[in-house]
Order: sequence, then structure tokens, then C-alpha cells
Amino acid sequence: MKRVALAVRELHQAENELAGELLAVADRHKDDHDIFHVARDLAGWSRRHMHRLAELGRERDIALDGRPRDPEPPDRWPGDETLGASVRRKGAELLGRGEDPRLLLLRDLRGLHRMAAGVSLDWEILAQTAQALKDRELLDLAKRCHPGTLRQLRWANATLKENAPQIMTE
Amino acid sequence: MTGTDRIAHPWGTRTPYGPGEPWPVRVDTYLEEGLGEADVDRWVPSATILHSNGDGLDIAVKDGRIVGVRGRAADRVNHGRLGPKDLYGWQAGNSQDRLTTPLIRRDGRLVETDWDTAMDAVAGRTRELLDERGPGSIGFYTTGQLFLEEYYALAMIAHGGIGTNHLDGNTRLCTATAATALKESFASDGQPGSYTDIDHADVIALYGHNMAETQTVLWSRVLDRLGGPNPPAIVCVDPRRTPVAEAATVHLAPVPGTNVMLMNALLHEIIENDRVDHDYVDRHTVGFKELAAQVAGCDPETAARVCDVPADDIRTAARLIGGAERLLSTVLQGFYQSHQATAAAVQVNNVHLVRGQLGRPGAGVLQMNGQPTAENTRECGADGDLPGFRNWANDAHVEELARLWNLDPLRIPHYGPPTHLMKIMRYVEEGSIRLLYVCGTNPAVSLPELRRIRRLLTQERLFLVVQDIFLSETASLADVVLPAATWGEKTGTFTNTDRTVHLSEKAVDPPGQARSDLDIFLDYADRLDLRDKDGSPLVPWRDPEEAFEAWKRCSAGRPCDYSGMSYAMLREGAVQWPCNAEHPAGGERLYADGRFFSDPAYCESYGHDMITGAPLEPDEYKSMNPFGKAVIKAAEYLPPHEPPRADLPFTLITGRTLYHFHTRTKTGRVPQLNAAAPEVWVEMSPEDARERGWAEGDLLRVTTPRGAVEARLRISGVRTGVLFLPFHYGYWDTPSGAEPDGADGRAANELTITDWDPASKQPLFKTAAAQAERVRPGDGQPAPAPTTTASKPVEPGVPETRGGPAAMADERPGGPA
Repeated sequence: MKRVALAVRELHQAENELAGELLAVADRHKDDHDIFHVARDLAGWSRRHMHRLAELGRERDIALDGRPRDPEPPDRWPGDETLGASVRRKGAELLGRGEDPRLLLLRDLRGLHRMAAGVSLDWEILAQTAQALKDRELLDLAKRCHPGTLRQLRWANATLKENAPQIMTE
Repeated sequence: MTGTDRIAHPWGTRTPYGPGEPWPVRVDTYLEEGLGEADVDRWVPSATILHSNGDGLDIAVKDGRIVGVRGRAADRVNHGRLGPKDLYGWQAGNSQDRLTTPLIRRDGRLVETDWDTAMDAVAGRTRELLDERGPGSIGFYTTGQLFLEEYYALAMIAHGGIGTNHLDGNTRLCTATAATALKESFASDGQPGSYTDIDHADVIALYGHNMAETQTVLWSRVLDRLGGPNPPAIVCVDPRRTPVAEAATVHLAPVPGTNVMLMNALLHEIIENDRVDHDYVDRHTVGFKELAAQVAGCDPETAARVCDVPADDIRTAARLIGGAERLLSTVLQGFYQSHQATAAAVQVNNVHLVRGQLGRPGAGVLQMNGQPTAENTRECGADGDLPGFRNWANDAHVEELARLWNLDPLRIPHYGPPTHLMKIMRYVEEGSIRLLYVCGTNPAVSLPELRRIRRLLTQERLFLVVQDIFLSETASLADVVLPAATWGEKTGTFTNTDRTVHLSEKAVDPPGQARSDLDIFLDYADRLDLRDKDGSPLVPWRDPEEAFEAWKRCSAGRPCDYSGMSYAMLREGAVQWPCNAEHPAGGERLYADGRFFSDPAYCESYGHDMITGAPLEPDEYKSMNPFGKAVIKAAEYLPPHEPPRADLPFTLITGRTLYHFHTRTKTGRVPQLNAAAPEVWVEMSPEDARERGWAEGDLLRVTTPRGAVEARLRISGVRTGVLFLPFHYGYWDTPSGAEPDGADGRAANELTITDWDPASKQPLFKTAAAQAERVRPGDGQPAPAPTTTASKPVEPGVPETRGGPAAMADERPGGPA
């Protein structure tokens, strides 16, 4: 059973990182308005997943690191720049220095896709474990959350597909 | 001429009728002062163009000039009626300031030039960019106001000839969500219902659709039903107290941006009270279980909290909709331009699917259009989709199109969704599109966040071509301006919201050197020397009828099938598509007996994730809907992206008024229409005004993080917490011509947010957070807003909107004398 606790902890951590990265990508590509708004909406899904995992963790006494990687509430108003966002933007500028910002967009989407794929596999592991353990509560949790991860994954793929032709041929 | 002041009485005189009866004829006529029908040399058949209704009319010609219009008694759409914009709007074409010669920018100024110089500059720059940077550097932004033949030519030139994916229409601003919502539910575009459904319906639900102002003649039809025996119940969803709301049995005024929650609550009630047609759902749909699960938590109390609408009103509306035997629903910008646009519009389709209310008289959905020829922009692929509702993600469809055009399929870009307008603008902004060819539209006024739009359109590296009939705000920024002919000056067909096709014939010559849009496109194709794979000219036709014949071949076998039509047939009267061997006289309704265009091999679209916008992959769609049923698609409510907050306490929504069209390029030049709504105003609820001590006519400054607009206050029936600004007013009739003169502007889009629906890509004009402050109290002058419409003042004392003697139009009930 220790391994189940570990899996829940790792998944919680992975969702946290995915939410943070979605917000970071949104901030790095503010002028790509679709990416900005949708990435922020999708970060909210990961936070919701974390919330549900945390509920389970409380019930089962699994210690989870409750601190979000990104300290802002998910309902931050899009026009605002909080301290965290400002730090991220500066970081992004440093990271992007010397790198073509359009290529950075592709790299960011590629990165998000990989992260979401990792989270998806973590949910897969949890769902399979739940079935093997006949753990209905855990299975329901995975059933509720995993589709959201798959949608995040498809979004990253579709957005990459949409943007790649123009960026690569300009 | 004696008659009715149709500025004061936009819907004219009532001709009541009962359910199932034919709508009585009433022929409306307006001729230049001093002229009678006997003075007219010729009557040339056409249809109306300043909205999407497609009312049949005859253009009156005397001495080679257009001198008036008369509704066609026999037309299936209007039975003789015309709206105010149609009665008076034709005068714009006779304006002295029409563009009559091409213009080219020399030393920073636009100067007159000849066609050869102008077209060589456009074609030359296109060729240069194609050689240097490839087809991805060329973008086209067209309109919802050209003719079918012109859109088809443009789609062929852009997709087949130049090979760019960057082609869209301004239909993206008005009708993109209609198309997408239909594609999500039925896997293909195509309006299910018919206008005649109004004759039969026992409940009519209007979602974000102020039909009284957007389609005045259609609203006359509803008013005539309401004035007759056994009238239908009306359900209205609108944050403003529109004429529709005033006529409604129940009016729901949700907080802007919460439409999905409201729709989910209505569906919750329908399912909870088992007003579901289970047999229809089982036989003809997929996805019901997911919908039931999605709306399970959306009870009226929950929705009442989110939408700020009384729960009992939601129940009343759901009872009416759930109990209807013949339910007609119409949807427009209140849904299409608001947060979660597609998801909300799709829920209206879902109401009809779960209730089995489709494909028979009175049971229909009208996902409305905004512009007269928007339907053709969609069908012909001038909105970026492939012509004939072909599926860009289906290789067989692309191959079929390539055969029709005699091209290698690889020459037609289909590796991803077509580039929508806002993405085109982004590519312009970041410099990968270097030539933008704009025709018949005015992005410098009509797109969100105008400061940004002006900045990106005036970049040195961008070559901007504008083809128009007046020197619009956008045209004044162009490198080359091409003067075009307009309605009445050229021949072509166009299709209204309920698939009715009219032939509009040339009545007079265009002014000066102006040429039809088709001629200009063909000239462009010639100069680019676009050829098919055998070296023949890609666009071989020379006139509209040849183009129409080519389109018939392209549309044959597709949902929008025109193959059974001809110009000769259309001269006898309007015809609805599909028109083919199965429907030789045209099909009135789609989806009778629950048959859809949604077979995976045939459908136009596999649909999208309505929250993320990701298109479904072919295999996903095939496994979801293998047998070609309708798709019931559920959606979760998400809060809007820019909610009000302490320093921006209002939600700003923009919209239109009955008397104007688009950016007033035509209607602003028509005395009767301009006088009815001469200047921008801002609407606020009585409660919000009272709280601040503000009064009718006070000058307000409305601000958002993107800009500021000054306007006089009209205290109207808009819901609390909401500001309304009409979007028509720009700068062509101000000294600067293209942008605000001082610090504050008058275009509503100085304020709007750059955000769009993930699925339909329609910009959201109805969810910006805003602040209002008073610049100075009024001087006794009321706001320059009409009193006949949704901008009606709530307090007495404002003089009523009148047209006076210059607006007297003739009305003949019962048809021609």
C-alpha cells in the first residue's frame, strides 16, 4: 500500500508542475491570446485535480505537499501581473534571450505535451492500481480526472500542429 | 408620398395570422421623393443586403440611376415586406464620395492611379512574396457582403492558386459560431430550420437574438403571429430589455458570460422532468448520457446564483421549452460573441435533439447569420473552410476538390485548420504575413482592441490592399485601394440564413472606374498567371453565370447542393438549397426523419473540444459516431476570462442598433438612417445610474485596460452591472478619418478584449470589464440613441425617434393593387 501513497504523492506533484508550467507558458506567450487564455483555463483543471487528490490524501493520511508551485490563485485576473508572474516573465525573457520567440512557442508546447503525457501515465497507473485493489473511490477519482489530462494533452498537440507550419516556413 | 414613417415604425403595420396559415402579403415601397411607380423605367430583381434576412425586392431604375426599392410579394422570405435599412439604404450607393478610381500610396499619401498600375502593384508584391517567403506570407480577409460567385473565385485563388491557408471572412465576427455549433452537433454546416417555422411554432425561444433589430422583417412575422389567434409563447434570453424581451412570455437576463450555465440549467429541467423524446434520442443521437451527467448538478438554484436570474424564471422557461409541441429556437450574437460561444450555442441544438424537435414544420433551429451573404462565405470556403462543406481533415475530400480544380492535392493546404481571422492578425503582427488583402470589410473599426489593430495594420513591412466602395478607416491605411462595384451594380447570387438563394441582377453601372469584385479577382488571377496542373488558367470563367455553373459542379453531392439550380430558375423566384434530383424545387428543412450529414466519410467536420478548441482526430470521431447520428455534446461552465472587479465594476457588451449596419459605411451616408442614430451612446441600468446620481444625456467616459470612449448616457432597460455600447461608430466622418482625434475614441472596439471562442474562433465582444466616470453632466440634450429599440429610455421626456416626411414609405397589405 505504500506504493499507492507514493503514486498519489507523485501525481499530486506532477499536476502541480503541470499547472505551474501552463501558467508560465501563458505568461511567456501573452500575445498569442488563444494560448494565453486556454492555457490558464487548463491550469485550473490541474489545480482541480490536485484539490481532489488532496481530499483523498487527507482521508487516507497521505502527506502531500500542499504548496502550489505557483503561489497565485487560479482566478487571477488575466490583465494583472503579480510578483510570481513578473518573476516568471523575467525568467522567460532570460531563457528566451537569443532564442527566436516563435521557436520558443513550439518548444513550450512540446514541453507541455510531454508533461501532460507524464501526468496521463500517472493517472493510468493509479487507475490500474485501483482496479487491481477493487478500490472504487480511487478508481472514481481517476475516472473523473484522467479525461481532463487527456484533453490537455490533445490541446498541446493540436496547438503545436496549428502553429508549426507558419513558424517553420516563415 | 403618404404612408408610414418606417423610422418611427420599423416593423410597419400589423397583418395578423394564425398557426399554420400563410403569412399575409404586405408590399412595402420607397421611391425617391417626387417619384411614383409609373415614373420608374425598370424594376430589377434582387434581395436585401444590410442584414442576413434575404428579403426579395425589386430595384427601381430611372435614367440609369437607382431611385428606390419595392418588396416582392411572391418572395418566400418577406411576402413583400422590407425593413427600414432596405427602404432607405440603397441611397448610399449614389453617394458623391464613392471610390471611383484606384488609389496607390506615394510618399505616404494615397493618390489616384489607373487599374494597371494598381493591379500590377498588388500582383507584383504577391509574386515577390511568393518567391521570397512562400504562400504563408499572403493573407486574405474578406466579408459577408460579396456574392457567391466572388467568394468561390477568391477561395479558388487563395487555396488553389496561391496555396495559402490564411483566408477568412468577417463572418468570423458574426456567424462563425453559428457554423461551428452546427458542425459540432450535426457534423456539417447547414441551417436545419426554415423561416416558415414561425408560421407553425407554439413556442419561439430567442437566445441572445434581438431579432426585432437584426432581422426586422422576420420579427414582423413573429409580431403578426403574436397579433393573431393562438399566438406562440416567446422565451427571450438577453441582458437588455429588447423589443423581443418586451414581447416575451418570459425574459431571462443573465450576467454576460454565463450562457452555458443557463443552458445547462434549462437542459437539467428538461431531463429532470423527463420532457425527453427517448425514442428520438436512441435512434438518432449519440452523447445523451454525457449530457445528462454534465447537467445533473446544474439545477435552477445553482444557475440562479451564477447567472443572477430568478430560479423560478428558469423553471418557467424550461416548462415552456419542455412542453412545446413545435419549438423554434433562434440564436445570435448574445451567444456567439460571448464567453463559451460555441458551447452555449450547441446547448440550444441539444434542446432540440433531446426533445426530437427538428425537421418538421415549426420544429427547427435557426443559428442565425449577421450579414447578407455570410452563408456563401461559409459554403464557398471564403471563411477558410474547403468549398462545398468539404472536410480539410479528410484526404478523400481534398482529392475530390483537387480533381475539380485540376490540381495536385498537395497544392491545396489542408494540413491543419484554416487560419482564422484573429490568427491572421497575429501573423501580421509578428511579421510572417507581409501582404494582407482586405475586401469589403473594415477591421480598423470592427476588430477588438483597436489600438493594437491600427498598430499592426500600419507596420511598414505590411503591404495592405483594400477593396471597397468607400474610403473606410481601413482603406485610408492601405497601400493600394481598389474601387469596387456594389449591390445593384453587378450580378450574382446570395443565400440567406434559411438557405434561400436569390439572384441579384445588375441594375445600373458602377460609378467611375469601379469594377465588380469578381472582375477584380479574375484580373488578379490573370496577372498572377495562376494555372492548373495542365498549364490551363486555374480560374477559366469570365462572368458570374460561368462562375455559378462551376460552383454547381463543386457543390454537387455535398450538403449545400446547388446543382439543380440555374440563373434562369432563380429569375423565376428564390430557391432553397439543397436543390438537386431529390429536391428539384429546393428542400425547405434539413434533417427530416433524423437523417444527418454526419457519416464519418461524408461529414464536413469531426468537431472540436469546445473548451480547448482542439479538433477531434478522425479516429476519435469514427469511434464516437460510427453510424452518422447527431452528436449531443455537453459542456462544463467556465467563468469568463475578464470578470468585473473593484476598479472595473461593469461588464461591457457591444452590439448593433436597428438603423445601422457594420461600421456605418453605408447607413451613415443615408439621411433617414443616420438621423435616427447619429452618434455613439452608452447604456446603463436605472439602478446603476441612480446609485451614481447620473442622468440621461450626461457625458460619460468608459474605460477598460485597452482604451477609452466618450459617449452620452442613455438610461435603458439593460440589466444592472452591464454597460452597452453600439459598435457602429468609427472615424471616417471625423476629421482624422481613421483613428480617435483626441485621447478618447468613439469606437466601442477601443475597449474590447482580444479573446476568442476556442472552437469557433469568434472574437468575444461581450465580456470585457469596464469602468465608467462622468466627464460632465448633461445640458438637457438626451443621448443620441433611438427610442424605438432596445435603447428605449426608461424615463419619460426623451423625444421619440421619428423619420418625418422624408421617411414616409408605402405599405400595401394584400399585395400589389
